[in-house]
Amino acid sequence: MQVVLNNWTLLLAGLFNTIQLSVQVILFGTLVGLIGGTLLLFGHPVIRTIVRAYVDIVRGTPLLVSIFLIFYGIPALGIPMPAFSAAVIALTVFAGGHMSEIVRGAVGSVPGGQTEAAMAIGLVFAQRLQYVVFPQAVRRMIPPWVNLCVELIKGSTLVSLVSVTDLMLSTRQVLERTAQPVPFYILLAIVYFVLCYGFGRLGGQLERRFAYYD
Amino acid sequence: MYITRWEVVWENLPTLLAGLVLGLEVSVGSIMVGGIIGLLAAFARTSSNRVLQQVVAGYVEFVRNLPLLLIIFFVYYGLPQFGIRFLDNVGSLVLALAVYSGAYLTEIFRAGILAVSKGFQEAGKSIGLTQFQVARFVTMPLMFRIVLPSLSNTLISLFKDTSLGAAIAVPELTYAGMVLNTNTWRILESWSAIGALYLATCYGLAFMMRRVERHYASWA
Repeated sequence: MQVVLNNWTLLLAGLFNTIQLSVQVILFGTLVGLIGGTLLLFGHPVIRTIVRAYVDIVRGTPLLVSIFLIFYGIPALGIPMPAFSAAVIALTVFAGGHMSEIVRGAVGSVPGGQTEAAMAIGLVFAQRLQYVVFPQAVRRMIPPWVNLCVELIKGSTLVSLVSVTDLMLSTRQVLERTAQPVPFYILLAIVYFVLCYGFGRLGGQLERRFAYYD
Repeated sequence: MYITRWEVVWENLPTLLAGLVLGLEVSVGSIMVGGIIGLLAAFARTSSNRVLQQVVAGYVEFVRNLPLLLIIFFVYYGLPQFGIRFLDNVGSLVLALAVYSGAYLTEIFRAGILAVSKGFQEAGKSIGLTQFQVARFVTMPLMFRIVLPSLSNTLISLFKDTSLGAAIAVPELTYAGMVLNTNTWRILESWSAIGALYLATCYGLAFMMRRVERHYASWA
């Protein structure tokens, strides 16, 4: 207990990094997913094939392997980059692939009659998406989106393996000075549970808020 | 300029493939242990005992909101502090993955049990089967066919999750890649080759499981 108190600034810095990383990855990943999912449905066939390949590759490889490839690969190509940004990019590539599939599924599940009705009243493609299809798709997107976000918060611990000091790594650095890892792991479990469960509950609220469209 | 040297991958292919096989073994082992946990927990969750229901619900919620890496570290570094010292790193990984997947499997099995129509269980009861016999000979065979597609998905994600074993030096594919990188520093070649191996194996598993599903669907 004394060790936790003595090193609380380190642990807090780790927690701050974890939250910052998660927030950035969720934002950028959602953005990539919205673009990717739209391209999967409405893109030019060549672009569609490329995006499909990206999505399938990301979904078929472990996150840790993508992290190693991107985190060490970018500097290997001669592009200098701070560790934290490389971690954000690696997780965003992963998040974007999964998010694209969620967006594709949600947008694709809006009945075709809606698009036809929108065409009939003379809306152009962008307007159809903006006013008719997306508002209905968002509602279906939220439950899997929340699940993915929780997975991303959990997955952010993997950057500790490429020595980005998130909460996991900062705690492990502190606990290695003691012979008592268990209290630290329990502390970690509580913090991560609160983060993930809290996000899940927040997502539940969001779901109810958007259920209005039903 | 980055000059690729793919021979590094070819020369070390046997090590990589050995790691791949270990990963498959670990995922099959942990889905079996996790399946037993999930099955027991799912029957407890659907039983009429309120306390059991709450305990299982707590287990599922807790584990599903924890990072897998934390569970692995806890099992590997934490359990010995409680006197559980007989697990090596592979055993720890299997146990951690089993506990982790057990929570997801509980939910899958629970949904499967609830999807079996009540009439079958009532029919079983009416021909004089005990509660256990109804669960074992009526509900379970029907449920398995319903949950088989979800089981395939769980197996595939478990196989991908075995990559976290690298964190506790389990010599599976990702760890073999880390060693390869330390020895040769051919980053792009080795990690893209490993990614391709994972990808191919996942698709192979999906193809195989689809055939299993079709086989059982034929006499459903």
